[in-house]
Amino acid sequence: MLSLFIIFLSVFLVSCGPNAQNKEQVKSIKVWHWMSDRENAFLELAKRYEKETGVRVNFELYAPSDTYTQKVRAAAQTNTLPDIFGILGEKRDFASFVKSGYVYDLTEEINKDQGSWKNKLFAKALGVNEFEQGNSFEVKPGIYGISIDVTNIQMLYNKDLLQAVGVDNPPKTWRELVEVNKKLKAKGIQGLVSGWGETWMIDCFASNYAFNIMGKDKVLDTIRGKVSYADPDWVEVFDLFREMRDEGMLASGVVTMVNKTAEQLFANNRAAFAFNGSWCVNVYKGMNPDLNYGAMLPPKVSDRYPMTIWGGAGSSFMVNTKSKETQLAVDFLKWMTDTPQQVFLSKETQGLPSNKDSLRDIPMVLSQFASAMDNTTHPNVWGVSESPLVIETFDKGIQSIIIGEKTPEQLAREVQKVKEREMAKKTVN
Amino acid sequence: MTKSAEAIFMRLLRGVYTEPFAAAQDKLRECARNDVKNLVMKTKTILQNYLFVLPAVLIFSIFYIYPFYKVFTLSLCQWDGIARFDFAKNFIGLRNFIELFQDKIWWSAMLQAGYITLIALTFQNALALMLALACDRDIKGGNIYRVIFYLPPVLSEVVVGLVWKWIYDGNYGLLNYWLASIGLSNLVTDWLSNPNTALTCVTIIHCWKGFGWGFIIFLAGLQTIPRQLYEAAKVDGASSWQMFKSVTLPLMAPVFILVSILTVLGTMQVFVLILSMTGGGPGYHTEVPVTRILASMVRSSRFGYACSQGIMFGAVLLAVSFVQIRLSKYMKQA
Repeated sequence: MLSLFIIFLSVFLVSCGPNAQNKEQVKSIKVWHWMSDRENAFLELAKRYEKETGVRVNFELYAPSDTYTQKVRAAAQTNTLPDIFGILGEKRDFASFVKSGYVYDLTEEINKDQGSWKNKLFAKALGVNEFEQGNSFEVKPGIYGISIDVTNIQMLYNKDLLQAVGVDNPPKTWRELVEVNKKLKAKGIQGLVSGWGETWMIDCFASNYAFNIMGKDKVLDTIRGKVSYADPDWVEVFDLFREMRDEGMLASGVVTMVNKTAEQLFANNRAAFAFNGSWCVNVYKGMNPDLNYGAMLPPKVSDRYPMTIWGGAGSSFMVNTKSKETQLAVDFLKWMTDTPQQVFLSKETQGLPSNKDSLRDIPMVLSQFASAMDNTTHPNVWGVSESPLVIETFDKGIQSIIIGEKTPEQLAREVQKVKEREMAKKTVN
Repeated sequence: MTKSAEAIFMRLLRGVYTEPFAAAQDKLRECARNDVKNLVMKTKTILQNYLFVLPAVLIFSIFYIYPFYKVFTLSLCQWDGIARFDFAKNFIGLRNFIELFQDKIWWSAMLQAGYITLIALTFQNALALMLALACDRDIKGGNIYRVIFYLPPVLSEVVVGLVWKWIYDGNYGLLNYWLASIGLSNLVTDWLSNPNTALTCVTIIHCWKGFGWGFIIFLAGLQTIPRQLYEAAKVDGASSWQMFKSVTLPLMAPVFILVSILTVLGTMQVFVLILSMTGGGPGYHTEVPVTRILASMVRSSRFGYACSQGIMFGAVLLAVSFVQIRLSKYMKQA
């Protein structure tokens, strides 16, 4: 009996112990993400990758994005980051992650074989994850992340509503937009709807027009503190919001509206124009598959400079420097951004692929978004970043203009005051 | 040393010890053994006592003292929450607190939270008291009313916020629809985007959601008042108002104080409702201290500043509670 027990115990212990053969066979990497709408597509890709390579990819979803951001930060502090993760936030946050040694430098990998990986991807998408020589964040130059899709934020127009007021083509200039809105207003149709309760969208709209009115150099010089926010060009930018308010061009409640509500209004034909990102194609398809709409660049105010829109990398992944499977993680990202996988992702999520070769067979509206990729820019590629307090004063101030509490001139002075205070603080530090 | 051993020593020293020396030695050994035994017992008892208290001390230290210490340390630093925290490198002294004192938006958020608290203290609690008084009587279906009045507090704050946001909506909200249908189209507005109405709209929902707590506590308080007091007052010819003024109010004083402290602490920390209804907008019109702390921490990555805001907010709440307790003592004495 005792010998039987000993044999049983031995077999049990051996079976519980590490199986060297299995351990060698099943290699795995862990990916943390926040994209609940893409979870199924990711799981399918993970299945395909394991079938092709034998490497298991464990996607772990942590949503919403605020929760994800906190999780990644906490994991960084405790050295428990997964092999692949994404960084949400501004460029300075990304820079802080890189400087603290959490993010693997992908420059060498991406330039291998005469840049075969790099050449497949949109340059604008790479730029978001790149730190150039002499960047203000003092990060070692290089590419530190790979975007799995690209995005840009444009204006959408409802073809049926425009036709109802006798407009066949969307407006190309600001004046035309104002005129179209007068016709819409006369017919009781709301003009522009957007989630301006989420202040970053106001920032985005305003900086599009800042680029158009004063050009990139002047905008960046303002951030550097060489040009004042009280400059007439900035006042002109703020004045656009005053004009939209006075002309009744904005949908009701736009200043506290979250983008989801704005999307519902546009999808339900309750507003003629929307300001939204390329992700909206998927959203509108879910809300109203029959919605007849198109995408366009925001109508120009000035001919001095081109209309530039926010865009570039949509969602990016980074490799953990301290991962034991760095090469496996890099190989997976390479595979994920290859054409077949990008076509699959694009079809499943109605997003713009980051791989240029995958642009075939995408819906018309998406191709309209894709065609504007050359006009894109993003604060993350500017090389300088504005103080969060200045951004907050800027965005909240525009809300105040829309609700009639402030004039453009007042806001310009107020933003400049905060800017000066923040610059003085930097000097002290 | 025990008293008996001390006595033997003293007698030996004075030379008045009459028994043989060996006997004294035995007695002293006995005493020493007892001493050691007592000491061991005493130590064991003390250790046992500490062992019983240890889990509570550990939990309190880990979840209260250490986090508070950490928050205080961070409040003296400039840190983005990402880079490795190095106290010596990140230390900036009281600069966060100095900036906080000059932060107009922070103080206006504090005032706005104060406004919501004032409304909650008065209207919300008055409503809760009135309903509790009504339900305290033997009315038909009293239990149903109790359940109905207690429903809002048990609902999820996010759900309540989103539902009321839809009711207030300027585009397809129910409130505007009702107003228009009863001929009050002139009152139709963007309730949550209008700076004149946004804060009050949020306050009303906060009170609607919160009055159930006060109602339950008031009702429990009312039911502890002996009925004989009311009967005696009735026999003496007291009116309803006189009974309320002379019987209910004085006996309910401790309950009023409890409810008011809970209302102040709960309302000053209002957050989820605001986040789901207005996000702090339009402009800064519905910002409250907790949304500002969140903005500093998440949007601006200023962990140190957010911690100093947290400490300041905690200090204000502590001061308000302290004043309330002093007032209650004064009221009791009066």
